[in-house]
Amino acid sequence: MPENVSENAVLEPPKAPTLLQLFTVFATISLYGFGGVLPWTYRVLVEERRWLTAEEFNELFSLSQFLPGPNTVNLSIVFGSRFRGARGAAVTFFGLIGPPVVIISLLGFLYVRYGEIEMLRGALTGIAAAAAGLLIAVTAKMALPLFRRPFGPAPFVAAAGFIAIGLMRWPLPWVLLALVPVSLALAWWRATR
Amino acid sequence: MVAGDTMTGNTNTLTNLAVQFTILSLFAIGGANAAIPEMHRLAVDVMGWMDDRQFTDLFAIAQLAPGPNVIIVTLIGYKAAGLAGAVVATAGMCGPTCVVAFWAGRTWERFKHARWRIIVQAGMVPVTLGLIAASAFVLARAADGHSVLAFAITAATAAIAFTTRLNPLWAFALAGGLGLIGWV
Repeated sequence: MPENVSENAVLEPPKAPTLLQLFTVFATISLYGFGGVLPWTYRVLVEERRWLTAEEFNELFSLSQFLPGPNTVNLSIVFGSRFRGARGAAVTFFGLIGPPVVIISLLGFLYVRYGEIEMLRGALTGIAAAAAGLLIAVTAKMALPLFRRPFGPAPFVAAAGFIAIGLMRWPLPWVLLALVPVSLALAWWRATR
Repeated sequence: MVAGDTMTGNTNTLTNLAVQFTILSLFAIGGANAAIPEMHRLAVDVMGWMDDRQFTDLFAIAQLAPGPNVIIVTLIGYKAAGLAGAVVATAGMCGPTCVVAFWAGRTWERFKHARWRIIVQAGMVPVTLGLIAASAFVLARAADGHSVLAFAITAATAAIAFTTRLNPLWAFALAGGLGLIGWV
């Protein structure tokens, strides 16, 4: 595989992850993922393993978000299949979903049996505050590529999406219906200028 | 009907879990958290698997446990029909959309250098970022409504995670500990 210097191979990292690596890395990501796995996916895939550049991560996550279903599950499928085909996708999926499903079933069992989570609410409040901070940091990191080069309409589109959903709290489907065509038109205009 | 008490009751519940979560997943653009209101409507109002307070509890437990946000579905399935319910609900929520994602990822990769794909991508990425920024903001506001210390935890974690390579798990442990003893 290293001898095959095709156009694609240049963009790929020097070593494609093995099936075992795919499994353990996604299992690790899922077990780190208190209050959401996205920040950890970024940290491990981009910063620790360097399997993706910041731009590639944005592209992959964007595709995963526009597909129906859970975002990071979609991301694990696309990422796993890109390196190791259908088996890679299966392995990343079970790595990401397996350990949490076991843990959450145990917690579900305890909850149905005892139904007391008051003591944990305090811990949850603290972790939620930290998780929000981590998501803010990763969002900022993911936004950096948008401001590179002579930047185009992208930062303004991102700002419009943030205002519509975050500040105005407009319903997601309507915002997407309005914003996606505008963003595509701007990108097309910029590419053909 | 008291689901889970009889064989037919349980089978019905399992079928409902599979069908309802499959349908829900296919409309869930923007991830599992965007679909929470619809899950609430389904589990509490339509199917009667639990009451309002129980749903809130399950949401809290799912937040507290590690893993992707979608495990709230596993927990709803568990509450509705035990371990089989947990598996069936998770499979319904993830199975069909995984097939879609696999196929779409392959197609997307095939047109890597196509002009239309580069344009579509350039249009989609900023929308995605706007959405994530919005969820970060909404989560921070919800988490920091409690106290000044909660706000300080959010700000400190954001600053440390942005500027250093320190593992954020330390911030999580510290914040969880402070919360547990009732300071946050």
